[in-house]
Amino acid sequence: MSDIFAKRRSRLLAMKALRDRYVPPDRAVTCPQCGQVRDQQALPLSVCPCGHHFPVGAYYRLGITLDHGSFRELYPDLGAQDPLSFPGYWEKLAEAQRRTGLREALVSALGTIDGQKCVVSVLDGRFLLGSMSSVVGEKLTKTIEYAEKNRLPLIVFSASGGARMQEGILSLMQMAKTAAALGRFDERGLLYISVLTDPTTGGVTASFASLGDIILAEPGALIGFAGPRVIQQTIGETLPEGFQRAEFQQEHGFVDAVVPRDALRDTLARLLRLHRKGGAS
Amino acid sequence: MSDKIAAAGRVAIARHPQRPNISDYIDALFTDFFEQRGDRLMGEDASILGGIALFHGRPVTVIGTRKGKTLEENLTCRFGMPDPEGYRKAQRLMRQAEKFRRPIVTFVDTGGAYPGLEAEERGQGEAIARSLLEMSRLRVPIVTIITGEGNSGGALALAVADRVLMLENAIYAILSPEGFASILWKDAKRWEEASGLMKLTAPELLELGVIDEIVPEPAGGAHLAQAAALRQVDEALRRQLLSLAKEKGSALVERRYQKFRRMGEKV
Repeated sequence: MSDIFAKRRSRLLAMKALRDRYVPPDRAVTCPQCGQVRDQQALPLSVCPCGHHFPVGAYYRLGITLDHGSFRELYPDLGAQDPLSFPGYWEKLAEAQRRTGLREALVSALGTIDGQKCVVSVLDGRFLLGSMSSVVGEKLTKTIEYAEKNRLPLIVFSASGGARMQEGILSLMQMAKTAAALGRFDERGLLYISVLTDPTTGGVTASFASLGDIILAEPGALIGFAGPRVIQQTIGETLPEGFQRAEFQQEHGFVDAVVPRDALRDTLARLLRLHRKGGAS
Repeated sequence: MSDKIAAAGRVAIARHPQRPNISDYIDALFTDFFEQRGDRLMGEDASILGGIALFHGRPVTVIGTRKGKTLEENLTCRFGMPDPEGYRKAQRLMRQAEKFRRPIVTFVDTGGAYPGLEAEERGQGEAIARSLLEMSRLRVPIVTIITGEGNSGGALALAVADRVLMLENAIYAILSPEGFASILWKDAKRWEEASGLMKLTAPELLELGVIDEIVPEPAGGAHLAQAAALRQVDEALRRQLLSLAKEKGSALVERRYQKFRRMGEKV
């Protein structure tokens, strides 16, 4: 019986993941690294042969991270909101929803990686640049609290342009809220792995994304607080090659390891095993 | 429309160069101030001023952003925009306050964290994130007062407090109205319009539950009658600290958690 449900969940995720990867046939992309025109859908894990990691959607990410059939979405009904009645915001939200099939920029799930239970949240950069809305903050906080209550490890994949402008100060407050929830999670002796993907900037970098016990990053991901353009304007000179990229952050001590997408699931499995109570068996 | 003008007007008052700053508050409200410098990791950042002082005879840790009064000071303080070392110094001082069971008072007046190359190299994002987390679980009372402008994560990193107060004409926002207009409409000149939409004034923020109290200012702004403005701040701080003095550390942490937990919760 549970087998049937597992199969159904697995199929559901596979379908959503497929939709995440859908690119209209006339919309081939030019790889920003090698300049070749690529059919992104045909690239394994959306990684160009030159090594460039294209951003991926939340369900696709869950599909390549979790064990087959283990996916259970958490808080799927938490919808978008417009707390400050900001002009034109509803239309923007509706358009993002239509384009991505998501309700908001964050998807949370319960699942297993190589048989080990964990809670995973993924920010989707296609939904208003993965920016931090009240709902994103609320959903992530609920997810952290869920993991804390069930004493499960937590993995968060970040991809964000930072704050959600249209929610103003309430967007800012989500930084304090998520950081505080992680503070409690931390005190319970539980594992939090933060995975930084392209791009992770602004208020997301300055809150939950930088607070992992372990911080991983995908190759080439832009990671920083201030955006490169703002910094360039401030200092009035061009930025050095590779500035704020994952490798730069590793070199400066803010990332434990830069891990290519095809090795990420195994790395996560290994880290979960290393934190298993009573040691690995 | 009048709301929009009011908001833009407050932005100008909040940034007035003659507005009382951190040094004025420390001189007028505290005695025996001992400045503490350095983050013990990398360096000293003058854009955050901090130390131990007596407030009505009681030891407190006082920390605040410093814009500087002279041009020379402005430059060493980067007009009150901290580097990671500033936030890490604040963390150090706050941990020490907890160790010696001193309440913490923070003054916020900043355009935001400094968006510099070195700041990024040394982890501006991590420094702010860590401040948010550490403040959320400190077992001593924390009172924050936003005195001028409180922009972005750079302001919030000193404002995860049991009570957040705002001067009547201060502003508190996700970023400057100019930055907001430039991101949203690619036109920084529309900052007045942005001010009207951002809900950055004290009355709007009180209504949203983001702040706890508005400290009244003399007519026209605090710069027109400094002594009266300082007295108002003194009275409000004293009252708030008194109300928190008897709370147990664990109760403070729980209530502070719930306070921020509720923000943006309504769906």
